[in-house]
Amino acid sequence: MAIYIVKRFFMMIATILIIATLTFFLMHSIPGSPFDDERTSNPTIQANLEKYYKLDQPTHIQYLNYLKAIVTFDFGPSIKKPNESVNTQLARGFPISLELGLVTILVAVLSGITLGTFAALRHNGIVDYGAMAFAVIGISVPNFVLATLLIQQLAVNLQWLPPATWSSPKHMILPTLALATGPTAIIARLTRSSMLEVLTQDYMKMARAKGLSPFRIVFRHALRNALMPVVTIMGTMLAGILTGTFVIERIFAIPGMGKYFVESINNRDYPVIMGSTVFYSAFLVFMLFLVDIVYGFLDPRIKLHRKEGDA
Amino acid sequence: MNEQQLANANALVKERQEEVPSLPKASMTEKQVGQKRRRQPDYSEKVLAVEDLHVSFKTFGGEVQALRGVSFDLYKGETLAVVGESGCGKSVTANTIMGLIPQPPGQIKSGRILFKNRDLTKLDKAALRTVQGVDISMIFQDPMTALNPTLKIGEQLTEGLRTHQKVSKAEARKKAIELLEIVGIPNPEERLKQYPHQFSGGMRQRIVIAIALICEPELLIADEPTTALDVTIQAQILELFEEIQARTGVSIILITHDLGVVAKIADRIAVMYAGKVIEIGDKREVFYSPQHPYTKGLLASVPRLDLKEEELQPIEGTPPDLFAPPVGCPFTARCPFAMEVCERVYPGTTELSETHKVDCWLQDARAKHVFA
Repeated sequence: MAIYIVKRFFMMIATILIIATLTFFLMHSIPGSPFDDERTSNPTIQANLEKYYKLDQPTHIQYLNYLKAIVTFDFGPSIKKPNESVNTQLARGFPISLELGLVTILVAVLSGITLGTFAALRHNGIVDYGAMAFAVIGISVPNFVLATLLIQQLAVNLQWLPPATWSSPKHMILPTLALATGPTAIIARLTRSSMLEVLTQDYMKMARAKGLSPFRIVFRHALRNALMPVVTIMGTMLAGILTGTFVIERIFAIPGMGKYFVESINNRDYPVIMGSTVFYSAFLVFMLFLVDIVYGFLDPRIKLHRKEGDA
Repeated sequence: MNEQQLANANALVKERQEEVPSLPKASMTEKQVGQKRRRQPDYSEKVLAVEDLHVSFKTFGGEVQALRGVSFDLYKGETLAVVGESGCGKSVTANTIMGLIPQPPGQIKSGRILFKNRDLTKLDKAALRTVQGVDISMIFQDPMTALNPTLKIGEQLTEGLRTHQKVSKAEARKKAIELLEIVGIPNPEERLKQYPHQFSGGMRQRIVIAIALICEPELLIADEPTTALDVTIQAQILELFEEIQARTGVSIILITHDLGVVAKIADRIAVMYAGKVIEIGDKREVFYSPQHPYTKGLLASVPRLDLKEEELQPIEGTPPDLFAPPVGCPFTARCPFAMEVCERVYPGTTELSETHKVDCWLQDARAKHVFA
C-alpha cells in the first residue's frame, strides 16, 4: 500500500507538470496580450509593462520562471488587478467553489445512490420507472438550462428562493440543485443497474438463506458491491462538477474560482490563468487519487493485486 | 507488507498441502472414522414432511409448472438424495423449502412443508427469517460465488449467529473458530480476518459449510455442493458431510445429479422427473432394484469402468415442456415400456416396501407383468 501511494504521488506530480506545460504553451499561443486595451496603447508604456512582468524575456526563460512559480506556489500579482496577488484571489475564490462542489457531490451521491437502490429493489415498479424517468431528464438537460429554468420558476415566479449570489444557506439551494441534477441522474442509473446485477448473485441468495434482516442484506451485502462502478466514475464526475461550477457560478453570480478563471482567460491575465489551472489540476488529480484509495477499501481484491504487482 | 506477503504465501502453501492428500484433515483420527461408521438415521423422528407441493413460475411465455405435487419425508440424521436431470425441479424443491423462491414470479400453488409442526408455506417473511439459517440452512453449489467478495470470512460466518441469537462478538468469534476447525480450515484465527479471494475453491466450500452450520440447524439442504469442485476435493467435502452428520445428527437433503455422490453418502434416494418424485426408496432398493423405467435409464447411463461397452447409454428424447405438462406420466414419450394408459392417466403411487415407492403403471397391481 505504501509503495502504491508513493508511486501514485510521483505520477500525480508528472501529470500536473504536463498540464502546466500544456497550459503555458497554449496560453502563449493565443493571440493578444494583457496590455491590449486603450490605456496602454503607448508602445513605451507597453514595453515597460512587459519588462515589469518579465514578458519581454524569451519564452523558455518565461517557462522556467513559471515552473519556479509552481514549485514555490507564488504566482505573483495579477496583471489586471495589480494590488491583488494570484494567491489572494485563489484563497478568496476557492473556498466558495469548494463549498459549492462538495455540497453538490454530497447531494448527488446521497440522492443518486438512494434513488438507484430503491429503483433496483422495486425493479419494474412505479418507483423504478419514476426514478429512471427522472434520470433520463436529469442527464439530458444541461445544467445551465436547468439553472435558468430554476431561477425563472422558483426565484422569479414563485419567489421562494433568492435568484443569485452566495450569502446564506438559502442561496445555496438553487445552484446546488442545478449542478447536482446531472450527476445524481448518472449515479442513480449506475447504482440501479449494478444493484440489479448484484441482487442476482449467489452471495445475495446466501445472505437471504441466513435469515438476515432485509436492511442488512441491502446495505451490508448488496450496496457495497454495487457501489464499485459508482466509485469508478466518481473521478471523472468530480471533474465534471468542477468545470460545471464555472458556468453555474457565472449564472448565479457566485464569487468563486470560476469567475476569476473565466475573467483571467478573457483578459489574458497570465499569472491568474497559470495559477488557477495548476491549482485546479492539482486538486483534481488529488481527488482522483482519493477515489482510487476508496476503491481499494471497498473491494479488498484490488488491494491485493496491487501488492502483488508492486513487489 | 513483505511479512504479510510471506504469511499469505505460507498460508497458501499450507492450504495446498492440506488439500492434495485424499483424506480430509479433520477426519483422520481412528475415533472419528469409527464414529462415522456408527451413524444411523433415526426413523422414528420425522424432521420434515413435504406434502403435495405445487410451485409455478409466471413468465412471459406462460406459467412454468416447476413442481407438480412433490411429497417426501425426512427423518432425523438421515441423508436424502434428490436426483434427476436438469430442470426436473430439484433446485426449486430446495429453494422452496428454504423460502428462497422469489414471489412473484414464483408461487406456491398448493401443498405443505411441515417442519417442526409448522407449515413453512404459511409463514410470513419475518417468521420465515427465524427459520432460515437457524433451523434450516443451505449450502450452495458454487463456492466461488456464494461468498460475498467484499466481506471478511469472520463477518460472513458470525453474522447469522449474531442476528438470530443474542451472543457477544467474542462468543460468536469463538464459535466461528471452532467451526472452521471442524470443517478443516488451518489457522482459523488468522483466516477469519481474510477475504474469500484468499481461499481456494475447496476451502471456500468448507467455509460455506461452516456458515450453514453456525446456528446448529436441524436440516441442511445442499444444492449440488460438489458439482463445482474437482474430484479429489469432492471426496473430501463428502466425507466432511458424513462427519458433520455423525457429530450433530443433522438431516441432509442432498440435491445432485451425480449418482456417484449419491452412492457414497445417501441413505435414501428420491428420483425426480418433470416436477414429480417418481421413485423414492432406500439407497439399496433404488440402486439394486430400480422400478421406474426412468430410474433404470438413469442408472444405466452412468459410465462404468468395469464393463467393456464404450458407448454411453443415454435416455433418448428430452423431458416434457413444463409450460404444458402431459396429463399422464411425463416419461411416456421416452419410456420404452409405455402403454396406452401411461399417456392418459398419471399412475398412482405403488408401495413396493415400507420405504420403496414408485409412480409407474408397470408396478400397479392391475398391470400385467410384462418384464421381470
